[in-house]
Amino acid sequence: MFSSYLQYLISGLTVGATYGLTGLGFTIIFNTTGIINFAQGEFVMLGGMLAVFLYASGIPLPLALLGAIVATTIVGALMERLTIRPVKGGSSIQLIIITIGVSIVIRGIVMLTLGKDTFALPHFSGETPIALAGASFMPQSVWILAITGLILAALRYFFKRTLFGKAMLACSFDRKAAYLVGVSVERMVLFSFMLSAFVGAVGGIILAPLTLTSYDRGIMLGLKGFAACILGGLGNPFGAAAGGLIIGVLESFGAGLISSGYKDAFAFIVLLLLLFVKPSGLFGRAQVKRV
Amino acid sequence: MTIRRLLLTLALLLVPLSAKAEEPIKIGAVFSVTGPASFLGEPEKNTALMLADMINENGGVLGRQIEMIVYDDETDVNKCVLAVDKLLKKDHVVAVIGPSVSGNTLAVMNKFPAAKVPLISCAAAEKIVNPVNPWVFKTPQSDRHAVTRILEHAKEQGYKNIAIITVSNGFGQAGRAVLQELVPEMGFTLVADEVYGPKDTDMTAQLTSIKGKNPDAIICWGTNPGPAVIAKNRVQLGMDTPLYMSHGVASKKFIELAGSASEGLLLPAGRLIVANQISDDNPQKPVVTEYIEEYEAEFNQPISSFGGYAYDALMLVTKAIEMGGTADPTSIRDNIEKIDNFVATGGVFNFSAEDHNGLDASAFEMVIIENGDWKIVE
Repeated sequence: MFSSYLQYLISGLTVGATYGLTGLGFTIIFNTTGIINFAQGEFVMLGGMLAVFLYASGIPLPLALLGAIVATTIVGALMERLTIRPVKGGSSIQLIIITIGVSIVIRGIVMLTLGKDTFALPHFSGETPIALAGASFMPQSVWILAITGLILAALRYFFKRTLFGKAMLACSFDRKAAYLVGVSVERMVLFSFMLSAFVGAVGGIILAPLTLTSYDRGIMLGLKGFAACILGGLGNPFGAAAGGLIIGVLESFGAGLISSGYKDAFAFIVLLLLLFVKPSGLFGRAQVKRV
Repeated sequence: MTIRRLLLTLALLLVPLSAKAEEPIKIGAVFSVTGPASFLGEPEKNTALMLADMINENGGVLGRQIEMIVYDDETDVNKCVLAVDKLLKKDHVVAVIGPSVSGNTLAVMNKFPAAKVPLISCAAAEKIVNPVNPWVFKTPQSDRHAVTRILEHAKEQGYKNIAIITVSNGFGQAGRAVLQELVPEMGFTLVADEVYGPKDTDMTAQLTSIKGKNPDAIICWGTNPGPAVIAKNRVQLGMDTPLYMSHGVASKKFIELAGSASEGLLLPAGRLIVANQISDDNPQKPVVTEYIEEYEAEFNQPISSFGGYAYDALMLVTKAIEMGGTADPTSIRDNIEKIDNFVATGGVFNFSAEDHNGLDASAFEMVIIENGDWKIVE
């Protein structure tokens, strides 16, 4: 019995970490621009798909992974320069609709160029399961949890300790004030898109060996990542990561103990219940407007 | 290749001149060429177009050319309904082949009696032909045949307790219903009944729950990529319970996706994917060999059972047109019901007014995956 519970927990954490990473991408862009980037799931998909194709074209795995991350980061930059920046002064809702459009375009291009099939990426360090107190997991799960943890720690350091990170946060709190103290808001927005594409791509490549990847993988991940964000409190990177883990674990226990048919429903029911009680999310602060 | 293309283009250019007196026979097709089931729809579309070209090069049917009108439903029920409406009301086709997936077929099949046009589905669910809809036929072997084949094999191994894990789409739900019926009926105990979503990426929770119930064998019902994830998760959990797959994964893609985790898995499959292993006196041998050669030469990709479903469907339509001597939809329908002993890629078809699938469990070979390839289990 205990070993089953442990198994549910490990499986849930592994999947949850990727929801969290996707959610993280949402918060980075939300924090500098105040918009929700619905192409975030597509960044995750791009990371996985590009890695598969670079690897299939004969490039060694570590280089293929690196190449996929760099390419996705460039896509993030291009997205900001070509679709977000030209609509200067557009309302949030206009920008959000643009991100939805971009996500459809990216998905379409990937489908036409890389194919409609599902693909597998080799595991980073073998496929010998690791046994732990009756439960077992793939070495890839360790990679996923470790890399997610690492990214979280790095982001925390970046936002709390570096001038650049603080400047990005400043943009989200008050754009005009940030301008006035000499922060280049445009550069910050560009950088936030690159950073969230980077985080998404990393999520995509660490996940692909375990769950396979295909051009339409981003939709569900984007949705779950968004739910993770909301659960943790929109705008709080650590809340998003925690929200992802919670949703992953809930799904896993729900599927194992109650009924696997309603797996996707558990997370959303819990999310709704939470939002009734605490609309700002688990770790979100209530909106305060200073005068 | 290019010369052939050129000749084909020339031939197509000449067609309107030479065949002015005889209008081409319009046959419609709806396949899931894109979307999650594209691995079904793409080979089906390729096959239908290739076969139509071959028939036309050989003088057509009753001296008339075939015009294939193919629509892509993007694995979407709504788009499938629209495409079928277009075929029936605008294109005025004499018969429709497809759709690729069971859910879409079930959604559109009731349009056909009203339109008085026959539908030859390329989807597996038994519900398509049971109860019999006079205007609807199908070419893939039914899930009942596949389940029977699996359970016969399980019985020979002396298994008692069976666990099932099915996908929550049309294909999986239909398979689940048959499994729930036949598992107890054939003397087994159904100890676990798990479900997963078509887009799920991790099934360890369901498998852990199954593991706790100690079944002798697990039967998984789904199409790519879910079963590949299940095969991987099974290895990950260190389970050595025998795992049966459905005929829905009988393509090389599955072995590619599941990798080493696919070793030792069992599944019922049509003879198409094990063509080189069936004996020479098997009546299907020449048909499947010819189809494989043509397909692989034309598209440069490995064969799957799915293209064969479209091959059989179009062959049945042309056969019925020849039998009746006319391309009238009602005559096509009546004559398909009379088709007997028709050797095709999926099996030997024997249709009747009560049986619109025309196959039985003997259409399947039990295969095991060994060294990344299929092997017939004796």
